[in-house]
Amino acid sequence: MSTPFPGEIDRRLLNERSVSGRIGLQVQELDVPEQPLPDAGLLRSEPAKLPEVSQPEVVRYFTTLSTMNFSIDTNFYPLGSCTMKYNPKVNEEMAFLPGMAGIHPNQPDETVQGALQLIWELQEDLGEITGLPGVCLGPLAGAQGEYSGLMVARAYFQERGETGRTVALMPDSAHGTNPASAAMAGLEVVTVPSDSQGNVDVDALKGLVDGRTCVFMLTLPSTLGLFETNILEITKIVHDAGGLVYADGANLNALLGIVKLGDLGFDIAHSNLHKTFSTPHGGGGPGSGPVLVSESLAPYLPTPVVTRDGDAYHLGSPDKTVGRVNGFHGSFGVLVRAYAYVRAMGADGLREVSENAIINANYIRTALSDEFGIAADRVCMHECVLSPQAQKAKGTSALDISKRLIDYGIHPPTMYFPLIVPEALMVEPTETETKDTLDRFIAVMRQIGKEIYSDPDLLHNAPHDTPNTRLDEANAARNPYLRWQPDEDLSAAD
Amino acid sequence: MTTNTSPYIPNTDADREAMLAAIGVKSFEDLVQDVPAEHRFPDLDIRQSLSEFDLTAEIAALASRNATPGEYACFLGGGAYRHYIPSVVKSVVARGEFLTSYTPYQPEVAQGTLQVGFEFQSMICEITDMEVANAGMYDGPTAFAEGALMACRVTRRQKIAILDTVEPRNIEILDAYSRHQGIEIVLIGHDGDIPDDASCLMFQSPNQFGGIEDMAALADKAHAVGALAVASVNPTSLGMFRSPGECDVDIVAAEGQALGVPLSYGGPYVGLFACKDAHKRQMPGRIIGRTTDTKGRIGYALTLQTREQHIRRERATSNICTSTALIGLLMTTYLAVIGKEGFRKVAELCYHKAHYAASQIAKLSGYTVKSDGPFFHEFLVECPQSPADINRALLDRKIIGGHDLSDRSPNGMLICVTETNTRDEIDALVEALSNIGQPSAGNGGK
Repeated sequence: MSTPFPGEIDRRLLNERSVSGRIGLQVQELDVPEQPLPDAGLLRSEPAKLPEVSQPEVVRYFTTLSTMNFSIDTNFYPLGSCTMKYNPKVNEEMAFLPGMAGIHPNQPDETVQGALQLIWELQEDLGEITGLPGVCLGPLAGAQGEYSGLMVARAYFQERGETGRTVALMPDSAHGTNPASAAMAGLEVVTVPSDSQGNVDVDALKGLVDGRTCVFMLTLPSTLGLFETNILEITKIVHDAGGLVYADGANLNALLGIVKLGDLGFDIAHSNLHKTFSTPHGGGGPGSGPVLVSESLAPYLPTPVVTRDGDAYHLGSPDKTVGRVNGFHGSFGVLVRAYAYVRAMGADGLREVSENAIINANYIRTALSDEFGIAADRVCMHECVLSPQAQKAKGTSALDISKRLIDYGIHPPTMYFPLIVPEALMVEPTETETKDTLDRFIAVMRQIGKEIYSDPDLLHNAPHDTPNTRLDEANAARNPYLRWQPDEDLSAAD
Repeated sequence: MTTNTSPYIPNTDADREAMLAAIGVKSFEDLVQDVPAEHRFPDLDIRQSLSEFDLTAEIAALASRNATPGEYACFLGGGAYRHYIPSVVKSVVARGEFLTSYTPYQPEVAQGTLQVGFEFQSMICEITDMEVANAGMYDGPTAFAEGALMACRVTRRQKIAILDTVEPRNIEILDAYSRHQGIEIVLIGHDGDIPDDASCLMFQSPNQFGGIEDMAALADKAHAVGALAVASVNPTSLGMFRSPGECDVDIVAAEGQALGVPLSYGGPYVGLFACKDAHKRQMPGRIIGRTTDTKGRIGYALTLQTREQHIRRERATSNICTSTALIGLLMTTYLAVIGKEGFRKVAELCYHKAHYAASQIAKLSGYTVKSDGPFFHEFLVECPQSPADINRALLDRKIIGGHDLSDRSPNGMLICVTETNTRDEIDALVEALSNIGQPSAGNGGK
């Protein structure tokens, strides 16, 4: 090891701390007679090179690593489209109850009636909230929900003999998973342009729908944080052409008790429980992406769904199911948390969620749009997209602003998305932040706005006080170094 | 002054009024004028909110209606396994900094998540003896299916051969994942020929009946026709058994649940995914790489992102947008705690206990242990009556019996024994089976 200096965090990997003979857990003794071993040829030739570290070292190591993260628990985290709201602690406790966390997925239905009831109730609640009564909670993330929904659409048209419907239309502001899921479902992706107000260009849409249209995939509110002004006309145009309308529910946090997707003409949707329904993001999963459909599409849902028969609940398979998209019954632990959230909020509370999310976003929009520019100058829903092009002209990019926010203890907004907005900074405050926090964010942004002129290098070199300054991501991709290797030493690089 | 109704929403009426004034509108309704009036503010038929006290009581009541392994002796496996989870693992995963952060798109403020992910990738490489691993997938079965799709990309072939001892559920998922891509799935037996235009041969070890496959021979068989070997393995078994890397397997998937992750009725779990270095740019999912910062210090960042959906869109290697990082953290912490010795010991405990149970059950009249080849911690038993009936009788004795495989093997029950099953539990199971199996117990010979 090199000589440490003050403030340095010990970043050595576990294998670099490993000392032969140390253990982190006392494993119990064998309590049955030893049994004959199989042929040596089937056995491992040498033990896996896992670290040998004591328990206190493990705890200090992981705890220290945790302190190098920004998180909702520690920082304002206005990451647009990700809905970084407070994740209630009681939901964690509920998910870890032995009667929830300890049950095996292959247990017979009659031994897991509490779990099945919880799933059934949540299916009902999500169907009610979205106005799409056919619900499968199985998909393990939004992207898997998308793929499931698209499989439903394809199976529906296949049964009707409309096998030529192989086009997925989507706006140019769509999330990357939309085209990726469509490609996986064997659909050709055709992009619909947006108009100057950030809406879908309705005339362009009219020209693109035809007998080949399978679905139109639309995020509502859009990734610009805007409600589609012409939504009823849009769903009618697609339906008139015989297509289905898919709602990417990533931004459902704006719609709870405000409007139901089914009422607007959507046929299929997915919802991200890890966004709207407060389940923790965990540094990038686990998520849960239930797929929701209209009554006529319910027979095609993936398996399993939970059915109720009197007081008994069962895992069931819809009549014309598109099949199974994952190992068991979905992210049950995530479903417990989402159920707890819906029960804690109630109908009135859910509407309050969206109302406050929308007020908070508009408060930020109003305060910052003059100085930083805005993608579309109109009332927004739960998020707003700044577009600091004037600042870019001065030599400081959206990236620089983002990195400078870190110096103030604020997690950057989503950068450079949607792709149609130059220098996009997508800010989603959520309903769980105080006015004080928003005021501080606004003050910080204005301060940074001044720094752009007074000391632009403060931005260019930001962040300053994090465990790492800006990382050489180009080098990481050019020379991939993807695992610990025994002949390397961390100190070699200083 | 009215009190807030939700503890999760800080805005008071006064806050809202001040903010609406700053926005320049009179009421909240002014902000949602774009929402069609006839559909605005629908009634939600959702039950009224619960206090935290009532909420915990309600969910505890639901939990109490589940028969919980631990209270019951449990011999279920078949894709999910009950193992002891060290206290440290539960304590680390409760850290809010890990729990409530997002995907590490801003590496300077996500070094905790990133370094854990790098450890995760490193550990997967160590236990599988593979060259590279990604940062995690949804679960084992979907990782297995993605492995086959990757083999199609690598070989530019559109046919997938899959061994008929693979868990049927995994084949269903493969079908769902591949059906719209013009890919053909061919099921073959051990003696069957692999088509010479197959992209890969998929196999699972231990297989659906618990049997250890000869992975080296299967890999050779795949390579002989220019196909890749795609294996699904049980990671716990790798504490004892030969690794896929030693067997020249090209792509490895595994269900990570057994390594420190609660059963949780089937999820969330984490899929492990590893391959040979030559194929790394065709991998699906997130990958974390080591690099340096502007001051020359080591740090970690997401890398090879041009494979991914947020960059490549419809040409991405997969639509996946998660690494299931938190469950990866559970696994990483688990392997750190049990370490090199513990990893071997846990596997050996499972092996000896399962073989002890099998040897005892083999002595019972009416029961036949069908697994004749080597197995790890699961084995197939042919029961004297339907496994469902036996399991119901076991339940009265506080035992959750084995996985009912009667749909694929006559009166077949897959019994799994792990290090969490004590000798007392095993002996009680054997004793109960011997009683239930007797004709006097009632509905035998059904």
